Amino acid sequence: MSDHEYTPKSKFGKWFNDRLPLLTLSNHLTEYPTPKNLNYWWTFGGILTFCLIAQIITGLILAMHYVASADLAFGSVEHIMRDVNYGWLIRYVHANGASMFFLAVYIHIFRSLYYGSYKSPREIIWIIGMIIYFLMMATAFMGYVLPWGQMSFWGATVITNLFSAIPLVGESVTNWLWGGYAVDNPTLIRFYSLHYLFPFLIFGLVILHIWALHVPGNNNPIGIDVKKPSKDTVPFHPYIVIKDLFALLIFLIVFAFFVFYSPNILGHADNYIEANPLVTPAHIVPEWYLLPFYAILRSIPDKLFGVIAMFAAIFVLVILPWLDTSKVRSAIFRPLYKQFYWFLVADVLILGYVGAMPAEGLYLLVARVATAYYFLHFLVILPILGAKEKTLDIPLSLTEPVLGGSPNEAIIKKKKEI
Amino acid sequence: MEEDKKTNRRDFIFTASYALGAVGVGAAVWPLIDQMNPDASVKALASTEVDISGVEKGQSITVLWRGKPVFIRRRTEEEIAKAKDVKLEDLPHPETDQERAKNPEWLVMLGVCTHLGCVPLGDKGEYGGWFCPCHGSHYDTSGRIRKGPAPTNMEVPKYEFVNANTIKIG
Repeated sequence: MSDHEYTPKSKFGKWFNDRLPLLTLSNHLTEYPTPKNLNYWWTFGGILTFCLIAQIITGLILAMHYVASADLAFGSVEHIMRDVNYGWLIRYVHANGASMFFLAVYIHIFRSLYYGSYKSPREIIWIIGMIIYFLMMATAFMGYVLPWGQMSFWGATVITNLFSAIPLVGESVTNWLWGGYAVDNPTLIRFYSLHYLFPFLIFGLVILHIWALHVPGNNNPIGIDVKKPSKDTVPFHPYIVIKDLFALLIFLIVFAFFVFYSPNILGHADNYIEANPLVTPAHIVPEWYLLPFYAILRSIPDKLFGVIAMFAAIFVLVILPWLDTSKVRSAIFRPLYKQFYWFLVADVLILGYVGAMPAEGLYLLVARVATAYYFLHFLVILPILGAKEKTLDIPLSLTEPVLGGSPNEAIIKKKKEI
Repeated sequence: MEEDKKTNRRDFIFTASYALGAVGVGAAVWPLIDQMNPDASVKALASTEVDISGVEKGQSITVLWRGKPVFIRRRTEEEIAKAKDVKLEDLPHPETDQERAKNPEWLVMLGVCTHLGCVPLGDKGEYGGWFCPCHGSHYDTSGRIRKGPAPTNMEVPKYEFVNANTIKIG
């Protein structure tokens, strides 16, 4: 991106930069040319970075007071809530922060789906993003186990038992994961260890994600390449920095609403009962952000294929850049894709809803139809659309629709006549 | 230059080094992986003795063995008859009641749903046995899977009657 050579002004800066080019990096980050037509859906990258850092800081503090032991964990969490100075605040920010993190990541992913940000040349950004998403789910799942309440324990039991579906070695694998014959103290301690590690893996991947982004530069709402950087882009600082900060403040209002006014609404009451290996709660549900995948798991009546379908639902996203063969990125110029996009959004929301309901009767039927449609969208509809869809004319440059008022077909045609 | 194409001593040294290196890395990594397996203290809790003198017909007790619940049920005549009447062809995982309960009055099995490990509820479900609330598996009065996503019958652990009033599990 930065073709121009950067030279620090001060003598010391130059001396330092010749030995470690940190100032060149910081100059690249401030000058980074950003398409000037980015809308507010593009602010979630910054919001997500904030979420990750907030989770790491609050998590670090919780680790100073939490005890990873099957006998003491539940009590230590209550100790944090009642005795530790501001412990309630830090724990509620951490617990709701996980939900906010997922809320932001889902918006970020669906923005990418709408504007085709995963397409060439941004496939690697997308794949790294999917790895981050997968690690986020693993981290959140293990973090939910740590308070050692009933939902923690039975959630851990159900999810680790997914691995028992593996033919032949399933039982050995689950015993290895548990460090015993059931979820117990060794399981809790290793989850704690990994829950501490994974955020730093995510942090490293976020750096790669941004690095990979800075090679081709941002996609944008009309999905065409930047033609003239001088006309089509603005420097990241101050334009995007201020916009991202403004969006972050709005996001923090939502965040604060949950933390201060309904800190337990996204959790489950059963998790305030200490783990009991003899009693399964009548209705086990994972955290809301995992519900669509849980619905897919339960919609298949066979254990092994249910597990395969659940993992396939994530994997199909990884290979999305090769399933969507349409050359046009943005849904603005893809009238059919735009409709199917909203069908997919509805489908995922329906899966999330039935995932929270008991797996029987009508709910089960709806879950099966929605699961089938989910795979149909990616494996059949997208490749067909790529070949058959008649896309609208795309503008010649980023600036053209901005000056014309909107990326509107009539305007583009008129300009072509001239 | 032509000699380069033939396998020479250097290629042999490379291959041998890679192979030895792979074995060495494998040997070094194994302890790091194996430490996660059940440790000696977990394995030491391998058996437990249960007093069953207080259990009346139609009652069950649940005990903890290796961190898992074990159902010990003293079945009624009706339940035994029901379990024996089933044709093997009707079972997803065919096992006779005889194989599962050596002494038909006592059914001893792991109270763990073979689907994803929840504890099924007793005296429930369409077959009068157990019902798993998590994902809707129905078990009969012999603990055999009849309907739902669970792939196999509930597992019967190794156990023996030490005397008329005591069962040793494990």
